Amino acid sequence: MTLFAPYRKDPEPVTEHSSPRFESPDSVRKGLASVAYLANEGIAGVVFLAERLGKPVLVEGPAGTGKTQLAKSVAEMTGSRLIRLQCYEGLDESKALYEWNYKKQLLRIQAERVTEAAGETWSDIEEDIFSEPFLMTRPLLEAIRAEEPVVLLIDEVDRVEVETEALLLEILSDYQVSIPELGTVAATQIPLVFLTSNNTRELSEALKRRCLFLHIDYPDLDREKEIVLTRVPGITDSLADQVVRIVRSIRGLDLKKAPSVSETLDWARTLVLLGIQSVDAATATETLNILLKYQTDIDKAAKDLAAPSSQR
Amino acid sequence: MDGTELSLPPGSSAGILESVSGFVKELRNAGIPVSLTENLDAVEALRHVPIEDRDAFKYALAATMVKNNAHWKTFETVFEVYFSLQGRRYQISGDGGSDETEDLLNELVGSPDSDGHGSGEGLTQEQLAEMLLRALMDGNDSMLRAIARTAVTRYAGMEPGRPVGGTYYLYRTLRQLDLESVMAKMLDRAKDANTDQSDLEERLTREEFEHRLDALRREIEAEIRRRLVADRGAEAVAKSVRKPLPEDVDFMHASREELAALRKAITPLTRKLAVRLARKRRHGRKGPLDFRSTVRHSLSYGGVPADPRFRYPRPSKPEIMVVADISGSVAAFARFTLQMVYAISSQFSRVRSFVFIDGIDEVTDYFKGTEDISAAIQRINTEADVIWVDGHSDYGHAFEVFWDKWGRDVNPKTTVLLLGDARNNYHAAQTWVLAEVAKKARHMYWLNPEPRSYWDTGDSIVGQYAAHCDGAFECRNLKQLERFVEHLG
Repeated sequence: MTLFAPYRKDPEPVTEHSSPRFESPDSVRKGLASVAYLANEGIAGVVFLAERLGKPVLVEGPAGTGKTQLAKSVAEMTGSRLIRLQCYEGLDESKALYEWNYKKQLLRIQAERVTEAAGETWSDIEEDIFSEPFLMTRPLLEAIRAEEPVVLLIDEVDRVEVETEALLLEILSDYQVSIPELGTVAATQIPLVFLTSNNTRELSEALKRRCLFLHIDYPDLDREKEIVLTRVPGITDSLADQVVRIVRSIRGLDLKKAPSVSETLDWARTLVLLGIQSVDAATATETLNILLKYQTDIDKAAKDLAAPSSQR
Repeated sequence: MDGTELSLPPGSSAGILESVSGFVKELRNAGIPVSLTENLDAVEALRHVPIEDRDAFKYALAATMVKNNAHWKTFETVFEVYFSLQGRRYQISGDGGSDETEDLLNELVGSPDSDGHGSGEGLTQEQLAEMLLRALMDGNDSMLRAIARTAVTRYAGMEPGRPVGGTYYLYRTLRQLDLESVMAKMLDRAKDANTDQSDLEERLTREEFEHRLDALRREIEAEIRRRLVADRGAEAVAKSVRKPLPEDVDFMHASREELAALRKAITPLTRKLAVRLARKRRHGRKGPLDFRSTVRHSLSYGGVPADPRFRYPRPSKPEIMVVADISGSVAAFARFTLQMVYAISSQFSRVRSFVFIDGIDEVTDYFKGTEDISAAIQRINTEADVIWVDGHSDYGHAFEVFWDKWGRDVNPKTTVLLLGDARNNYHAAQTWVLAEVAKKARHMYWLNPEPRSYWDTGDSIVGQYAAHCDGAFECRNLKQLERFVEHLG
């Protein structure tokens, strides 16, 4: 008697895209812009390459610069389903890959006892309980098995331990998952994979090597202004201009946590709600608590903004 | 980029392969680790991007080979040099550079006040300065680029084959342009144009100008580099512009820019370090057997203790005493070490810090109640009482006073860190103090920012002190400091 049922699903060769989803980096950028995500050449270029090469993208950068949003926007742009795996310390394969539904398995065995007369042997049962109906798919396996195009987002991958990272390696390089009882499940289509990291620890070489690397920093002045203009309804051009310039000035200070793009947007929205046409030092100081999250930072920025044209 | 070509051998994929592998070699020389698979990925990626699109080409290489953002700047420099633009206009010799550019300038300056200069050479220095001012005020990038080109042609005085580094030419060009006075003029004009500017607006305007000036400086630097490459070939220039990665910058010889970069690099580093230390502490350790809990859980196995339970581990945290020399030569090193130790102070049960030059003072209180480490260090520099006689390092006296005043606070839980180059100016060493401290403390380490080959030369007596320590470490850069601190936790 074999311990496990024979492999049911042979690994299928990963099919190449018959038609690429994107034409050129520029079309990626335009597509992203159409879903209100303003990418620079670097971002568009890497997304384009990821799709062409069938490689995952590792996105790094300060918090709140639109790393997660990038994956969401790409999904929206291509009309794919977004499958998200949020990482945390203690994540294991039963949460990330798959799990056997043991309650259902128990029920199946129980049911068997009742109808024992039917004459099914143990191996029949065993073969049965380690089969697809008893398998609970978790995000990674789900992304692999999906028939339709999907975007897989593995969020904050730096939160898992180094050992758990190894879980991801098979899926990232070969787009397949090995389940001992079932065999290897290979992807029928290559999902676009995004991994995000806040860089709280160095990721392993093995993981980095399998990915394209993309660093998203704070956007430059013009791009941030565009972002504010697209994302904040009802803001005037001059106010947006002032907002991003003040934010850049604050980012130049030595702070514990510099304001992110999302905080810039929050601040701009607040200013619009308050009906402010033009920001002066007093207004800026009063609303600083939206931009900055630490009291020491707020004090420092307030002091700095109040000082008449400081020479730094 | 404006229609110029990459210096790639024409078209063939073999040519690309060759230049990429040369580029990879150069990256590795600069300290960026590029693995073989990454190299192959890069070549594969290049098949998909149009080769004439310089930006796409660059990002394709970066995405496949540079996996750490701290390496980006180095990558960019190497890229600029290796795949630099070539063409007639980048030749060093006088006539090559000026034609097109100055024509453009002439066209633009064709306003009444240019009194009829026809040829490109005709722009006077004043006119050029005026154009520069105007371009900066308007933020006209293409104009600035053109001016940068002209300025380099005129002022840098580059001669073919002259073995001078790029900084020399940069200095000459910038001196002629005199950007400080340009800045002052810009501010004056901005004020004239808008008389009732608030302080905030004025400040924002100033910052905008500073950014534009920075961009101009970078453009000039790039221009000089390009010409150097045209003159000497990529490899020679790559060698001369090679800059150390932030984590390899030497504390003692860091320039002001490098120090600023270091300060930026240290925050994420300490955060990483704290996470790692906390994990290390929690991970892989089990406390002693919890008998009571084990017996209780054995009940569900019919009294068999099948599931042993352990107490929650509470490893004791070390107590740290930092004794740092803050005299001029090693001040930067002391600053970074203090900053790092305090940033991860949650990993220690207590941190006390002392600073000395020839007198010694406790500065623990300066760090209390403030979250801003730089402010505390500022206070140390201005307020701490560290000068006893003449303000030259006297390790012996400082250690003696330390022993008198705080020696009894050293206990078997204490780890003592001594920071300095041990250049004692030929004073008495008083090594007996360290022998006594070592007897009482759990560990004592010496961190020296000097390269090991300099130790015990001249007035350095680190060897005498190190004899009493559990270890003496060379800590010249962030990488070494990080490694040591991790070892400490």
